[in-house]
Amino acid sequence: MESNKKNIKDYQEVVKKNKPTPNKSHLYMSFIVGGIICMIGQFINNFFSRRGFSMLEAANMTSIVMVFLGSLLTGLGLYDNIGKKAGAGSIVPITGFANSIVSSAMEFQKEGYIFGMAANMFKIAGPVIVFGVTSSSVVGLIYFILTR
Amino acid sequence: MNKKIGRQSYKFGKRICIRDTRSIAGPVESQGPLNSYFHETFEDDLLGQDSFEKAEHQMCLRNILSLLETNQLNETDIDIYIGGDLLNQIITTNLTARDLKIPYWGLYNACSTFVEAIQAAAVLLDGDFINRAVISTASHFSTAERQYRFPLELGTQSPPSAQRTVTGSGAMILEKSCLEGPFVTHMTIGKVMDFGQSDPNDMGSAMAIAACDTIMTHLEDLDVSAEDYDLIVTGDLGEVGYNITKDFLKKKGVNIENKYKDCGMLVYDIINQDVMCGGSGAGCSSTVFTSYFYNKLKSKELNKILLVATGALLSPISTGQKENIPCIAHAVTIENSK
Repeated sequence: MESNKKNIKDYQEVVKKNKPTPNKSHLYMSFIVGGIICMIGQFINNFFSRRGFSMLEAANMTSIVMVFLGSLLTGLGLYDNIGKKAGAGSIVPITGFANSIVSSAMEFQKEGYIFGMAANMFKIAGPVIVFGVTSSSVVGLIYFILTR
Repeated sequence: MNKKIGRQSYKFGKRICIRDTRSIAGPVESQGPLNSYFHETFEDDLLGQDSFEKAEHQMCLRNILSLLETNQLNETDIDIYIGGDLLNQIITTNLTARDLKIPYWGLYNACSTFVEAIQAAAVLLDGDFINRAVISTASHFSTAERQYRFPLELGTQSPPSAQRTVTGSGAMILEKSCLEGPFVTHMTIGKVMDFGQSDPNDMGSAMAIAACDTIMTHLEDLDVSAEDYDLIVTGDLGEVGYNITKDFLKKKGVNIENKYKDCGMLVYDIINQDVMCGGSGAGCSSTVFTSYFYNKLKSKELNKILLVATGALLSPISTGQKENIPCIAHAVTIENSK
């Protein structure tokens, strides 16, 4: 079949007609699971605040606990099942960040600890770190100039 | 005798037959509708190995060794082993060939490798170069995920147009001058097609055009119609690609609606299993053909089929560099009489 304009246009019409639409229920699942993860975070934060830690300390400790939970669930092979249903609801919170690092570490461990696990651990989390560090540097610079 | 007919099709002169086949399928596949047709199934998708890559190699090797054993053949009785898989440098098949010690041709045409291997073996048989060939293709869900997508434990969501790579392998022995079929009688070598599709999560939409092109060319070259076949079977288009192929061919005046099946849709229960729109992978067409369709041909429920295996010839690098997905489809006619 010739790949002329008419054939390509005809084909793309058929493709468009048959394209499945994403399941709407994913949207609700993402909202609910994301909300639950944030609620757990808030609960942990309150727990530390009530025990006399400052706001900053409590926030740091909450992040540590949430990263631990995300890593644990990944190691137990549960986080990918949550992610399948929840999508962005479990990717966006910090537990999802932990999942991206631990899942890569687990996957590449078979090729050795140095050139396998360590070299590939940040394959997916890498961009988050790069843009996180870059944007915080830019914001810090603006803050520095404005408050001089 | 000129064996070439039309632009891309060929007719074999010799009686090239499928002597026997064997299939092996993984845990999700064996929960699907074809469970009773598979020769062997396994529950542990690591097959007792310490990595999925090693498991895929063992799966492929075990399947071929069992096939040879049931046919009381030694490795030295086989002139050539032809096969392929989805991993980098087709390492699964390379390692299998190392263990088999049979002269070897490794092929890569992604998920269409199975029919490509049948074609290569049939050409050698028809040309009197060899008397007997064994072919195989394999794929494994967990190795393909790593090769083409994300780590297994990463919590990602697949869109409904994505497909699940089949964990399984199919192998067959091809011979010539046999009395009994099924016979490989014709082949059509596919062209690489690109109709502007680039989404690696929607390979059905990309591959369907290759299937349409090969089916139309085959019918045109041999001057036959879909009515001459009991069934036209595509390799791994999934539900999305299946519907596109059917609709687009209809638009171009070829109606195959009542005679059309897709291995990717047969291998799973698409509604109740979590497989998006069906199966894919180099092992998809091979496990389904060597189990289900071979059985139907042997029992004469089907007597003439056109097997069209489709392949998306993309790489993670080409996708990263915003290339479209180049796709191909190869076809062979398999029939009980010759």
